[in-house]
Amino acid sequence: MKAHVLLILLSAILAFGSLGCGKKEETPTTAPETPAAGKTVDPATAGTISGIVKFTGTPPPPVRLRMDADAACARLHRGPVTVREVETGANGGLARVVVYVKEGLEGYTFPPATEAIELDQEGCMYQPRVLAVRTGQPIEIVNSDDTTHNIHPIPKVNREWNRSQPPRGEKIVDSFARQEVAIPVKCNIHPWMQAYIAVIAHPYFQVTGEAGTFELKNLPPGTYTLEAWHEKLGTTTQQVTLGPNETKTVEFVFQGS
Amino acid sequence: MHTQYRPGLHRYAFATAVATLLLLVAGGLVTSNDAGLSVPDWPLSYGSLFPPMVGGIVYEHSHRMIATLVGLMTIGLVVWVGRTEHRAWVRRLAYAALALVILQGVLGGLTVLFYLPRPISIAHATMAQIFFTLVAALALFTSRWWLTAAPLPATEASRQTEKFALWTALTILVQLILGAAYRHGWLGITPHLLGAGAVLVATSWTGRLVRQAAPAVAMVTRLRILLSSLVGTQILLGLGAWWAVVRNQQALQPLPEMVWLTVAHLACGALTLATATLLWLALRRVTASRAVDETGLRTAIYPSALQEGGRQ
Ligand SMILES: [Cu+2]
Repeated sequence: MKAHVLLILLSAILAFGSLGCGKKEETPTTAPETPAAGKTVDPATAGTISGIVKFTGTPPPPVRLRMDADAACARLHRGPVTVREVETGANGGLARVVVYVKEGLEGYTFPPATEAIELDQEGCMYQPRVLAVRTGQPIEIVNSDDTTHNIHPIPKVNREWNRSQPPRGEKIVDSFARQEVAIPVKCNIHPWMQAYIAVIAHPYFQVTGEAGTFELKNLPPGTYTLEAWHEKLGTTTQQVTLGPNETKTVEFVFQGS
Repeated sequence: MHTQYRPGLHRYAFATAVATLLLLVAGGLVTSNDAGLSVPDWPLSYGSLFPPMVGGIVYEHSHRMIATLVGLMTIGLVVWVGRTEHRAWVRRLAYAALALVILQGVLGGLTVLFYLPRPISIAHATMAQIFFTLVAALALFTSRWWLTAAPLPATEASRQTEKFALWTALTILVQLILGAAYRHGWLGITPHLLGAGAVLVATSWTGRLVRQAAPAVAMVTRLRILLSSLVGTQILLGLGAWWAVVRNQQALQPLPEMVWLTVAHLACGALTLATATLLWLALRRVTASRAVDETGLRTAIYPSALQEGGRQ
């Protein structure tokens, strides 16, 4: 008998303890990883890597989303809502690919990015679906819908968090401290909502549009590993050596089934 | 100091078990619909008791409300048992059930506050099954059958059967843990598939032993048939759920067939564990040498049965 009373007490204490922990978890620790002062880029010798990301094969058909779980979402769309995970342009260009310098910039320091980047929730979809930011760069999360969303990034190396945002509620501003390509972001109220945030420690990255093109300007001379990341197709890398004031063109190709 | 049958208490314990099964279904719906974090705070939901009931919040908040109901029903059970029950071990089990349900609530809260850490999610899923089995056992212990069944002579074979039935229940428990580990991404499917083979062998063998060696008692027969039907159903549901889960990996949102097959598989798993445990308990109950301690009945009630039991 006594043992059980003890067990119940212990459980209650545990419950209280966990509440405290939950609160602590909320404090943002967003100080970006700034390496000790290192090299800076000399604009006199900097060059450019530009190129295109292509997709060959037949892209999978668009997938229809069922939004009936929340009338406030369904109401915002006239016809059926579809998502193309593999979005291609007329010239075979692949959209929503994050192209960035993965290796080769070690030792450089860059001024921090302070301009906020917006991630909107509109029609119970993230806008944009793929977002790239600098480490420490503020991300402003906006809810343009008449319904509640929860924003839940699921990082591997950054701090995980989960916050709710009421209909047209106040902006949530947060940032990620470590490089990670890319962090999936989910809304657990509307399980079809999906975004990806690529966090990169330097300014040399771009998210492709339908044309699939990218341009990384003002790169110092050096040998770089460039990576192209796609939410569904994975990653591919290429080595590029850039001489002073050089412009190089690179083509990434993702093969469909 | 003998315990008399209290139909009210028995029905209440049974109702608590039914509510618990409903709670398991609600919890399974939360996982299958990926709604565990749709309410970021705990113990309150969006700082209130009544959050907006849309999308994933419907599943998460319903789960919390049914859990509250089961918690209150368990407190009721402890009070009722504490006041009327003469068997100390039944009272102790009721307290254990209360401790489990509280711990279970805390684990559920921790999954929310720490963003579904796998070990806690798996522990929460496993404890749910154990709690359900415990409440079902309490319903059995308070049943008229348990309190009045006449013990039958124990034989070496019947003791073996009883022991094997216990191992079967434990095998099923391990299998449920492996299932939870697969569901929450801790292990692949292989251990759970191997576990299914082990459970199939164990339950078939137990069924065989029970048919051959156990006393012909209606309750035991009923539980034996129920157990094999559940295991058969469970294997079919499991294959269906696996197919749906694999298919769902390419989908952009939970597919309804995946949700319902996984939840049905989970509920059937809970029923299988409870039935195997109850079969073991029923076998124990009808074994003469132990029957007296089990019920708390006075030895004088069944002197003939005792003699018969002691004879062999
Ligand atoms: Cu949402």
